[in-house]
Amino acid sequence: MSKIAPGGKASSAPLLGNDIEPTLFEMSVPGRSAYQLRTTGVPATPLEDMVPFAHLNPEVIPLAEVSERDLVAHFMRLSHRQFSVDLGMYPLGSCTMKYNPKFCDAVAGDPGLNTVHPGTPAELTQGWLELLVSLEEKLSVITGMQAATLQPAAGAAGELTGLLLMRAYHTANGDPRKRVLIPDAAHGTNPASVTLGGYEVTTIPSNERGLVDLEALKAQLGPDVAGIMLTNPNTVGLFEEEIVEIAEAVHDVGGLLYYDGANLNAILGQVRPGDMGFDIVHMNLHKTFATPHGGGGPGAGPVAVSKRLVEFLPGPKPTRMADGTFAWVKPPRSIGRVHGWHGNAMVLARALAYITVHGGDGLKRVSEHAVLNANWLRVRLAKSLPAAYDRVCMHECTLTATPLKQKYGIKGLDVAKGLLEEGFHSPTVYFPLIVDEALMFEPTETESLQTLEALAEAVERIVARAETDPESLRIAPQTTPVSRVDEARAARQLVPTEDAAAR
Amino acid sequence: MADYLPHTPAEVEEMLNFLGMDSMEQLFDHIPAAVRLSQGLDLPAGLSEPDVAAIFEGLTQKNKAKASDMVCFAGGGAYDHEIPPVVKTLGGRGEFVTAYTPYQPEVAQGVLQAIFEYQTLVSRLSGLPIPNASLYDAATGMVEAVNMAVGATGRNKIVMSAGVHPHWRATVKTFAQGTGHEIVEVPLVDGVTNWSAVDATGAAAIVASYPNYLGVIEDMTPAKQLATANEALFVMGIDPVAAAVLKTAGQWGADVMVGEGQPFGTGLNFGGPYLGLFACTEAQIRRLPGRIVGETVDSNNRRSFVTTLRAREQDIRREKATSNICSNQTLMAVTAAIQLGYLGTYGLREVATRCAQGAHYLHDEVMKISGVEPLNSQPFFREFAFKVPGNASEVLSHMATNGVLGGLSVKALHDEVTGEDDNVILVAVTEKRTKDQIDNYVELLRKAVA
Repeated sequence: MSKIAPGGKASSAPLLGNDIEPTLFEMSVPGRSAYQLRTTGVPATPLEDMVPFAHLNPEVIPLAEVSERDLVAHFMRLSHRQFSVDLGMYPLGSCTMKYNPKFCDAVAGDPGLNTVHPGTPAELTQGWLELLVSLEEKLSVITGMQAATLQPAAGAAGELTGLLLMRAYHTANGDPRKRVLIPDAAHGTNPASVTLGGYEVTTIPSNERGLVDLEALKAQLGPDVAGIMLTNPNTVGLFEEEIVEIAEAVHDVGGLLYYDGANLNAILGQVRPGDMGFDIVHMNLHKTFATPHGGGGPGAGPVAVSKRLVEFLPGPKPTRMADGTFAWVKPPRSIGRVHGWHGNAMVLARALAYITVHGGDGLKRVSEHAVLNANWLRVRLAKSLPAAYDRVCMHECTLTATPLKQKYGIKGLDVAKGLLEEGFHSPTVYFPLIVDEALMFEPTETESLQTLEALAEAVERIVARAETDPESLRIAPQTTPVSRVDEARAARQLVPTEDAAAR
Repeated sequence: MADYLPHTPAEVEEMLNFLGMDSMEQLFDHIPAAVRLSQGLDLPAGLSEPDVAAIFEGLTQKNKAKASDMVCFAGGGAYDHEIPPVVKTLGGRGEFVTAYTPYQPEVAQGVLQAIFEYQTLVSRLSGLPIPNASLYDAATGMVEAVNMAVGATGRNKIVMSAGVHPHWRATVKTFAQGTGHEIVEVPLVDGVTNWSAVDATGAAAIVASYPNYLGVIEDMTPAKQLATANEALFVMGIDPVAAAVLKTAGQWGADVMVGEGQPFGTGLNFGGPYLGLFACTEAQIRRLPGRIVGETVDSNNRRSFVTTLRAREQDIRREKATSNICSNQTLMAVTAAIQLGYLGTYGLREVATRCAQGAHYLHDEVMKISGVEPLNSQPFFREFAFKVPGNASEVLSHMATNGVLGGLSVKALHDEVTGEDDNVILVAVTEKRTKDQIDNYVELLRKAVA
């Protein structure tokens, strides 16, 4: 390495400059360290006397060698180069980036919860088990289901767990069946999960209203159909109005209905998956119940089920016993464990805190305000970015940049990048795949009317620029810590580590 | 009435008017009336934060195993390490905590660079060139590793040592119900995998743990030879703290490394969120599960980072994807980078060494107790198993009433009823445990088995 990067030079912080931030390794000085360990009095036996020579690495693995001061400066500067919900509006469609209440973090920060070893016997962790059972009961009420597993660590893990439950149910009835139906607008995790669940995907087209084509669906039904996976409201933000007919048709051939809970925020307290006829429901607690997403995780993907599937749930499962105590019980025909321990417990605790603060009444207000905000934005932006399906939407609205592309060559991606310059995170772009130049906005219920106004005005300015100065949008953003990155180069010439960079 | 909603009643009215509506109800009119909830959810009414805090206070007081009540000697993939304030402060930054997946790299360089640094650290500790940006935990990481091997070989037989953590094995078996993998478990003899006990012909993967879940440092040579002979992938589960001083997965010839990254700055957390460490050889890059961050440049030629090789991922490959991973454990990965930055090259080695020193001191003292016997005669690192006269769960319960979580019952670690006696305790020591605490452990155990 040529020159050691100075840890205290803050010119990568947007406050002061636009330099790159050195890596921890570039800041390292051999012999420098930050760590301090406690005095234990344990005999200092040499490693060689404890571990056979053949197992010891002859080399010292280099990690980093920095002072605590430089460590803090480095990660503080990285934090300054990162957008977050705490910083501003994050209208990513299908991601439900609502405000994450600090209270829920404080609950999870209680040592009475977060210093407990997961292998501690149940008699010493009654509080934790009660918490988990209480969350399971509340999630069951919210979804209209009988019981739930809290083990899946994220939505996709919940999907696969749900499909294994579907398989276990059908297998117990003598035939696991072969196919699972999925609308063409579904999240990519759905078909991927179906394959891993050992099923074949049958894609169902959407109709011109952006909904599942009921006749096309019926044409695909048969005794080999294990079930259907649906998101409702669906991935374009519209409610599947024929859900009762869909449920009847699928149940008629002995299939099960799987509810992808990615959009559950839209229907809290309004309508429940169980009442619509669903048998299996996964929830994304990091969306609907506001647990922070951590830059891509942790999430939590509990799966709730109807009565006929309860005996198959993953286990061991926290269970309320007849005497009022709590214990770990494996359901009689459990599919087994889907997580190393009990699931993302600290995420689960945050979600319970969020649900308890809101109560039944507050959760209903959440969906009302989420849907109100999305519709206000849809109508407000109608002249700038038309809706792909122009009618009342649920918690998110799918707009399209097709007119801008046709008139000025400005794509959805350019609009998204332009918004970054305007102080807003971009919407979800190019999803769902059935909408050309899709821009999916999910404002969530926690953004104010003034923020929505400002977002709408920002979009209007971008649309104006598309006509007057399209080039400025094609090179946007320029005000951010870095400008457009060369994604093709990253893929062509993979550099996933500092060591690959050095080669 | 408690929530985080900003609109005033006047604003709600104004917004509804703008939509040509006069009530919230109208927004939901298109939902079939037959399935609408008429009475709302059957949940208690909302409460203020202080009211809810009081409820949680009641719950947490029913936990008798928090750090201040109980000195932790339990391990089994979850360890009570020091987490210094600087790591908690930096890992708790709202910018890291409340960000989404870095889909817009221009405003996500903070998380992306932290993941790049994390990937570098994981690569070095595993001795393998291709790390990913994290998985949920080690158990689900093992599922991904096995799926990778099946994809690489076109075969579906998984030969897995019984030295792999029982929960990891159980998780692999659960997901095999969907993929149809055949799982062949290889028994332990005197704490060491007896690879010759099974027929590995046609194996897609040979799976071992280093050290194994009983703490034994097994020679990985036979596993590697078996993998080579059968043209199978060699998958190694590791303890990332021990990895600071033991031979790396890469040095043993592993194709895939899976590890539980919880010891790197994440608390015990009652089991989650934890951190699935994953790395592999370049040959497996197209089958890598989850996200990976790569270095590139921006349009002004400044170094930048971005999630890359996206064509592998589920949102693009859909039903042809080999993994359905979308969310991962980024916050824990960022925290691991901070913790490893804090410990540094020599700090992690010192932590590893101290864990081993504590465990070996405890081992020597425990074996002096009449009636206590070693489970095997093998070398171990920071964790070991021993037999007690009588019932292990009862012994642990007795110790717990005296403020010591004395380890884990090996029988209780198995979800399946095995029919074996409950007489083996698995105990772990970290750099947090003092000699006085270890001596106290020994005294309590002596009384408990007497």
